[in-house]
Amino acid sequence: MASSAVRALMKNSTLKRGATFITSITEARPYSQHGVREFSCGYALWNASGRSSTFESEDLLRNLSKVVPPATRRLSGEPEKAFTDDEDSEVLDYPGAKTTFTHELKFIPENAAEPVPCYRLLNDFGQPLPWAQLPQMDAELARKIYSHMVSLQTMDLIFYEAQRQGRFSFYMTTHGEEAINIATAAALSPEDVLFTQYREPGILMWRGFSLESFANQCFGNRDDLGKGRQMPVHYGSRELNYFTISSPIATQLPQAVGAAYGLKMDNADACAVAYFGDGASSEGDFHGAMNFAAILETPVVFICRNNGWAISTPTNDQFRSDGIVVKGRGYGIRSIRVDGMDALALYSVVKEARRMAIEESRPVLIEALTYRVGHHSTSDDSSKYRNKAEIDHWKLVRDPVLRFRKWIEAHGWWDVDSEKKIRSEARAAVIAAMNKAGRKEKPHLSALFEDVYDSVPSHLKEQDSQLREVIARHPEDYPTDVPTQ
Amino acid sequence: MRSISRALSSLQRCARDCSREQQESLSCVVRPFSSHAMTETKSSQGDDVPKKSMNLFSAVNQALNIALETDPRSYVFGEDVGFGGVFRCTTNLAETFGKHRIFNTPLCEQGIVGFAIGLAAMDNRAIAEIQFADYIYPAFDQIVNEAAKFRYRSGNQFNCGGLTIRAPYGAVGHGGHYHSQSPEAFFCHVPGIKVVIPRSPSQAKGLLLASIRDPNPVVFFEPKWLYRLSVEEVPEGDYMLPLSKAEVMREGTDITLVGWGAQLAVMEQACIDAGKEGISCELIDLRTLIPWDRETVVESVNKTGRLLVSHEAPVTGGFGAEISASIVERCFLRLEAPVARVCGYDTPFPLVFEPFYMPTKNKILDAIKAAVNY
Repeated sequence: MASSAVRALMKNSTLKRGATFITSITEARPYSQHGVREFSCGYALWNASGRSSTFESEDLLRNLSKVVPPATRRLSGEPEKAFTDDEDSEVLDYPGAKTTFTHELKFIPENAAEPVPCYRLLNDFGQPLPWAQLPQMDAELARKIYSHMVSLQTMDLIFYEAQRQGRFSFYMTTHGEEAINIATAAALSPEDVLFTQYREPGILMWRGFSLESFANQCFGNRDDLGKGRQMPVHYGSRELNYFTISSPIATQLPQAVGAAYGLKMDNADACAVAYFGDGASSEGDFHGAMNFAAILETPVVFICRNNGWAISTPTNDQFRSDGIVVKGRGYGIRSIRVDGMDALALYSVVKEARRMAIEESRPVLIEALTYRVGHHSTSDDSSKYRNKAEIDHWKLVRDPVLRFRKWIEAHGWWDVDSEKKIRSEARAAVIAAMNKAGRKEKPHLSALFEDVYDSVPSHLKEQDSQLREVIARHPEDYPTDVPTQ
Repeated sequence: MRSISRALSSLQRCARDCSREQQESLSCVVRPFSSHAMTETKSSQGDDVPKKSMNLFSAVNQALNIALETDPRSYVFGEDVGFGGVFRCTTNLAETFGKHRIFNTPLCEQGIVGFAIGLAAMDNRAIAEIQFADYIYPAFDQIVNEAAKFRYRSGNQFNCGGLTIRAPYGAVGHGGHYHSQSPEAFFCHVPGIKVVIPRSPSQAKGLLLASIRDPNPVVFFEPKWLYRLSVEEVPEGDYMLPLSKAEVMREGTDITLVGWGAQLAVMEQACIDAGKEGISCELIDLRTLIPWDRETVVESVNKTGRLLVSHEAPVTGGFGAEISASIVERCFLRLEAPVARVCGYDTPFPLVFEPFYMPTKNKILDAIKAAVNY
């Protein structure tokens, strides 16, 4: 009813088509105890074609009981009259916000009365929720997703042990976040460019990075694409559109926005995808990236792995908002919260986010709720700040790999034999890759001075030859597995 | 910050209309360069190249025009860039090249540089403006940890060589703490980026085009005091001046003076005055601070036996210290006097005390005489 009233008014008003003005919804009480959500529904931007440009909701349309007579009068040139109750709904067009007056002294509540719900399709037992609309996924894709999660899990277990035995200097696992790694990767296209943190090696694995390549990087051997310059787990592959990881937190986020802008200008059928954790959402780069993405209308999907812990800092020491998802609206970014332990839900969400990002050239924020089952890294002992029962609960009850397995088993796409087979194959493959990589020598010493610039400048050539003289005098000071000749 | 920047820029726009007294003091500091230096520039460009008299911001604007025209994958952006920039360097670019290639960004320096790195990493030329060098620090992490290491850390799989960060730097007569800084030394400590500072309009145009097209990320500091005050004949076409190549602006036999940017005008005045007292000064414009042209400076000091370095930035840990140490290492037996540094004091940049703080002509002249009479 209200919607047609608005359209009728549009038709009769003197406004030109395309002009934007504001209507108020007087039935909705903007600052009621229902909080932010209702407040944010309290106003809507309309254009002259009668389409809401900020809200599409039919509920909103139903709430419309009155449009703005005083404003309309003013816009159409009628003389102002004395104060009436309608003054509250008069248009205010400060440059910083186009809104209406209110006579109520009320602050927006800090949080909505209800937290943002979390989208999921499978329950903890891998059973589809009764009303769930499952994504199209055939047996082949489902098995591929599952087997990659198993490979990732296996690689993490063995590499972690290898670090403990002193074979690698450092390692970080993805335990608990296998679904975020693999299911989001499966929902993307290989052309999408990835800006990740350090807990998403599964995406590379999905795209075809071999176990040996992972091991090469962790050993820092001659076949490491990064030429032995970075700590383990700082992978990168140009071939696979996966930008090399750096340790600083959140720096990849504004970079993803810049890359997305480039894709948009090239009319590419691809988006940029940025992964980060709950801790990263406190960094300035996160806020800058979100704001830039919204304003420059870039096709970028932000995927936050809210796993509850930033090393030892729990989320309640990190933010007081309802997680990360609500921050999207603060920047005018569409956002959703999803169960990060539900591979199917993640797959659906990322597919849709990617579609919106590219087709509508807009950023989308996804908050995936998950749990960091492992320690932050091999340099961390999380038993110092969280109890074992908590970890066990997530490991045993909420394990994303097990949940997805139950779902494919229920379809008859998986059974105990395939499980045994894939586990032993994965284990053998990881061990073989690690042993092979471990036998390779280190990168040549010349890699120390190369790639600082596109070519080696004279002062670096000089330092190179100085170093070689030192090595000749004191060979005993230097590792023997780095070729210098 | 924005309102202050705006206010300062309006002051800047009024520079040409400022009081007679101030005008005189400014023109004393930034008189046109000697005919010798100009002849060199001319010869490097060829005498028959058409030239046009213009100031430094117009030369920057012309370089940006050429960069945008010659490479459709180039973009210019930053705070207030859309309407032409607070120093007018991006005037008319949005009208000419469209709002998708020339655009405003939100006020967030780390966002600007992070965005620029990502854009450059996709094989574009990202020309980012930081409104004042004083405000570059929020972007320090992106420059130092990201841009500078982008190629190295990926084993040369990726690079952001198309990145150029432009920022006005240095004293302006009334800029106080936050519109006067010369932060070049911070960036000279970072392997993987280049730092370039031009001294004049024709240098700015040629060096900026070279920086934009260089396959490495470049931080390009523009002397804001010279935006309007420095005017010279600038070759009209598309040309580049070499990076990491110093220029001997003035040949001499008694002492070598090394500087960059706006300070060279002051140093040149000191050279002229020293000449009147029979001291022959060699003046070198370093132009690129990293990787710097050590060979040219070494060659000059081996000839003159004395070195003076001058910059506006605080003396301690300034880039003058690096030049001084390098020359002592290489020319120790040839030096006839200690290396002299005439620089800013180790204080924040002071508003009212700016005339005291600055490494002025007479401070340099005194140091020249002290070195020669050592």
